Amino acid sequence: MDKPRIGVFICHCGTNIAGKVNIEEVKKYASTLGDVVFATDYKFMCSDPGQELVGKAIREHKLNRVVVAACSPLMHESTFRKVCMLAGLNQYLFQMANIREQCSWVTEDPELATVKAKAIISGAVAKSRYLEPLNIKEVTINPSVLVIGGGIAGIQAALECAEAGNKVILVEKTPSIGGHMAQFDKTFPTLDCSACILTPKMTSVGQHNNIELMTYSEVKEVSGYVGNFKVKILQKAKYVDHSKCTGCGICMEKCPYKAPNEFEEGLAQRKAIYTPFPQAVPNKPVIDKETCVYFKTGKCRACEKFCEPKAVNFNDTDREIEVNVGAIIVATGYDLFDTRSVSQLGYKKYDNVYTGLEFERINNAAGPTAGKIQLKDGRTPKSIAILHCIGSRDKNYHEYCSRVCCMYALKYAHLIKEKTESDVYNCYIDMRCFGKGYEEFYHRLTEEGVDFIRGKAVCVLDYNDAKTLYPDMVEALGITDSEEDRKKLFVRTEDTLLKKTMWLPVDMVILCNAMKSRSDAKDISRLLNISIGKDGFFLEKHPKLAPVSTATDGVFLAGACQGPKDIPDTVAQASAAAAAAISLVQRNKVVIESATAYVNEELCSGCKLCNDICPFTAISFDESKNRSVVNDALCKGCGTCASTCPSSAIKANHFTDRQIFAEIEGLLNL
Amino acid sequence: MNYYTPFLEVTKTILDAGGEDLKKCYQCGTCTAVCPWGSVREFSPRYIFKLAQHGLEGYEGDELWLCSTCKTCVDRCPRGVGIIDVFTSMRSIIAQTGLIPPTLRSVLGSINSNGNPWAGKREERNIWAKELGLKNFSGETTEYLYFSCCAPSYDPRTKKIAVATARVLKEAGVDFGIFGKEESCCGESIKKTGDNTTYEKLLNSNISLFNSKGVKKIIAQSPHCLYTFRNEYPAHSGNYEQVHYTQVLAELIKGGKLKPKKEFRKKVTYHDPCYLGRHSGIYEEPRDILKSVPGLEFAEMIRIKEQSFCCGGGGARMWMETPKEERFGVMRIKEALSVGANVIATACPYCIQMLEDGRTALGVEDRIEVMDISEILSATMF
Ligand SMILES: Cc1cc2nc3c(=O)[nH]c(=O)nc-3n(C[C@H](O)[C@H](O)[C@H](O)COP(=O)(O)OP(=O)(O)OC[C@H]3O[C@@H](n4cnc5c(N)ncnc54)[C@H](O)[C@@H]3O)c2cc1C
Ligand code: SF4
Ligand code: SF4
Ligand code: SF4
Ligand code: SF4
Repeated sequence: MDKPRIGVFICHCGTNIAGKVNIEEVKKYASTLGDVVFATDYKFMCSDPGQELVGKAIREHKLNRVVVAACSPLMHESTFRKVCMLAGLNQYLFQMANIREQCSWVTEDPELATVKAKAIISGAVAKSRYLEPLNIKEVTINPSVLVIGGGIAGIQAALECAEAGNKVILVEKTPSIGGHMAQFDKTFPTLDCSACILTPKMTSVGQHNNIELMTYSEVKEVSGYVGNFKVKILQKAKYVDHSKCTGCGICMEKCPYKAPNEFEEGLAQRKAIYTPFPQAVPNKPVIDKETCVYFKTGKCRACEKFCEPKAVNFNDTDREIEVNVGAIIVATGYDLFDTRSVSQLGYKKYDNVYTGLEFERINNAAGPTAGKIQLKDGRTPKSIAILHCIGSRDKNYHEYCSRVCCMYALKYAHLIKEKTESDVYNCYIDMRCFGKGYEEFYHRLTEEGVDFIRGKAVCVLDYNDAKTLYPDMVEALGITDSEEDRKKLFVRTEDTLLKKTMWLPVDMVILCNAMKSRSDAKDISRLLNISIGKDGFFLEKHPKLAPVSTATDGVFLAGACQGPKDIPDTVAQASAAAAAAISLVQRNKVVIESATAYVNEELCSGCKLCNDICPFTAISFDESKNRSVVNDALCKGCGTCASTCPSSAIKANHFTDRQIFAEIEGLLNL
Repeated sequence: MNYYTPFLEVTKTILDAGGEDLKKCYQCGTCTAVCPWGSVREFSPRYIFKLAQHGLEGYEGDELWLCSTCKTCVDRCPRGVGIIDVFTSMRSIIAQTGLIPPTLRSVLGSINSNGNPWAGKREERNIWAKELGLKNFSGETTEYLYFSCCAPSYDPRTKKIAVATARVLKEAGVDFGIFGKEESCCGESIKKTGDNTTYEKLLNSNISLFNSKGVKKIIAQSPHCLYTFRNEYPAHSGNYEQVHYTQVLAELIKGGKLKPKKEFRKKVTYHDPCYLGRHSGIYEEPRDILKSVPGLEFAEMIRIKEQSFCCGGGGARMWMETPKEERFGVMRIKEALSVGANVIATACPYCIQMLEDGRTALGVEDRIEVMDISEILSATMF
């Protein structure tokens, strides 16, 4: 290799760096470092003129190493690598020195910041001497896309990809796609009928030539890498051959066994052979083995007897199917906060205390009460309290704002007002109506006569408990011991605007419980090697600039699995994830990182220590040679193996021992 | 016309006095709505906090002294505000100006002269133990220090519970001793008055006594003392293993070393003391003891364990006047009666006094008794 000719480029980053670090002094220092033939500074090195300046200097000064002292490599390493390539320099001969995040932003004293900046640059220059050019590696991309989860996010993403001409495999855990949205009656703020806008999309998914829909299925294993994922999918036994089934429904009529209906939030029952709801896609049943009596006693088979096309198949088994895809979109949605954890709210203890989703069903024309808002005993409620922020904005449960609850609470208030004469109280901490048309909807509700109480509701008591604990209150509120009054619920809150503790005697309580991450989010994160944030939801690569990407190339996020969101945001994000996936798979080829590890076969003793330690399962064992091998495409260059290997047989390219030691020496050599 | 504007220097003094958490409050009203005071009168911690956040006049009013430090609000506060700490820091600022309620002033006087808040003589500190033949604690020969709390020495009702506990412990063969007049009040309630100087004096005098005598393990009669040994003493190099007497007794019963003998044919309910329950997380041991007593019928009230309803005696409320119709003890007795109990058991000297007071105020002495767990146990033993 030629003698190093190093160029150092120091960025002011406006005042971000220059406000703390004495640029002039640092520049002078840099030009004194060995092998540095050129050093300069500029206001914004990442800007077009800044980039041109670097390119020009490479050509003019015949630079064969480039050090840019600026921000984090996460921000601009790729920018300057490109500049090097365009100037004819291998991109791995570039080294970034972070004097912003690691220096000017975190050092108070300007003098110390200047000293530190010098040290960081000295380290980078020292390392750059030993940089080696690496080959640029490309892999081909499989054009298919896997979508995990068939809620509105998965549906939207699948349709977008399919429309763009890509083959899509959509894996849904339950017997039908639709997700939570399928359970709703109306959707805020426009109050469109949920089924009316969702069903056509569900049908399109079912019919699309490019979409292979796998319901009642789960992803079990993912291997491979961006562009070339190998996915194992478990197709759970349906016990009904959907290729024969006509969806006539007679089996469900005849089946004598029942279980609580999940889709109805347990407020109604379904049969052991069932479709979750009438518009299900596919609209063909499965048998729930836990409930079906045949699997327990060996008798019944009523469904089979009545099924004309002979679709029922008790010999069906779980099957594992393997598919290859180029990109993966995760759209597994959310679970709901378990309201029982706030025992003071009386959920599952008192009648007529419901969660949001339960109320969705009660209010749904296709639900257990045919859309009639009614109490457990069939009466129409005369007063209802809707309690916001249950399990959200609360350090004891979830600190984040669940974002949709204020709006669905308003939606309920409206629907109640529309269908009944009931009084409605909304107990809220802050109204968060941030979306398009949301504030207007809030305004509309105030005009509809909803009573808003600014305070968090803390407890719900039934008549008996209220009478025992607060007899004076019960009397003062004019509650008698009539049959109707004895079914009242009492909600307590402070109206913080009045500084008065309030009691609300109501017939029904609706708890607006928070959206939370899926209980199996950890399993999915392990499967796909994606991270989970502090809030439990999947973590995007960058909250602003890469909101649908993940730390794993080729894996994208859509919908509520990434954080609480409403349908408009979910659909927007799903389209964005689809666009990202399409733009990836339609490239045919993708450049992968060359800063990976490799095993020197002559030194490897075959101890296999590295095989298990690699967090990305990138190392396999070649039995014929009795040596470990790193799969380039999977390796992230983390270096774990290199530091583990007892024979020093593994070298991490771009982070070799020599480079790292040189950097350390450079750092200390002031 | 008044013109209002925030006065953030005042706010800063509160933050600096240990009320940092004030900043976290987002005004949801949870504390107000769960506070036991809300059952008997208007009282909004949230409102006081808003005044304090602005540094506006009014936070330092009489209401500042209402909080009984029951911790109901702290456990529910969505922002994790240490509400008691905020109140205590505000009280400490007022204490520095000398503007604390007059009854508390005499309590603090008694602490300073006699080491107890009951205006009792220091020499009479162990008067309750006179006839029991208990040994004096010495680190070389004794395993546990039994710390009776000041109340039994100066209050005839609570004297009985210390006697009962000591007799049962002795019967079970527990190796314990007591201190005489050198010992002082643990300081828990004194801290809540905001008088930090007096409080620290107490702490240091007890800690140097304990350390010089080689105390390693303490059995506390009162959950308030337990709390202080656990949460305050260690930071002042007072490191001891501390247990509540119900823990010791429950363990002995479980291990078969202590057996309630006689039948106790009564319907008993249990009042969780705030400092034993919410503050120290001890809920099961007292219940286990009661359930081991032959003939005893156990009934729970509506508000139990984490949701227990305060007796009103914490936070130095013990020494402040509360109008009859505002006493929590009265409400708690009513609740006990509603489940048909003829004994309300508890495990704290303050609770005993407040509940006894509630019972008298209600005039239901013939319908319900107030007993400490140790008294029930002792009744089945001797
Ligand atoms: C009570 C309530 C009312 C609401 N009302 C409205 C409203 O009126 N308007 C509005 O805009 N928003 C509303 N929302 C928000 C709305 O529900 C969400 O924005 C939307 O459902 C998010 O869609 P999703 O596809 O991301 O998640 P989901 O709807 O949860 O769908 C996820 C899908 O993935 C499947 N899945 C999960 N895990 C796996 C796995 N491991 N493998 C395969 N499949 C899996 C699930 O079975 C499900 O079908 C409301 C929310 C609640 C709680
Ligand atoms: S009876 Fe047969 S064809 Fe009809 S829905 Fe059931 S399985 Fe399908
Ligand atoms: S460098 Fe990291 S990712 Fe690459 S093979 Fe080694 S351990 Fe695996
Ligand atoms: S509960 Fe907490 S956040 Fe809410 S008003 Fe009280 S102190 Fe403030
Ligand atoms: S600690 Fe208890 S008494 Fe004090 S404010 Fe909180 S709830 Fe009220």
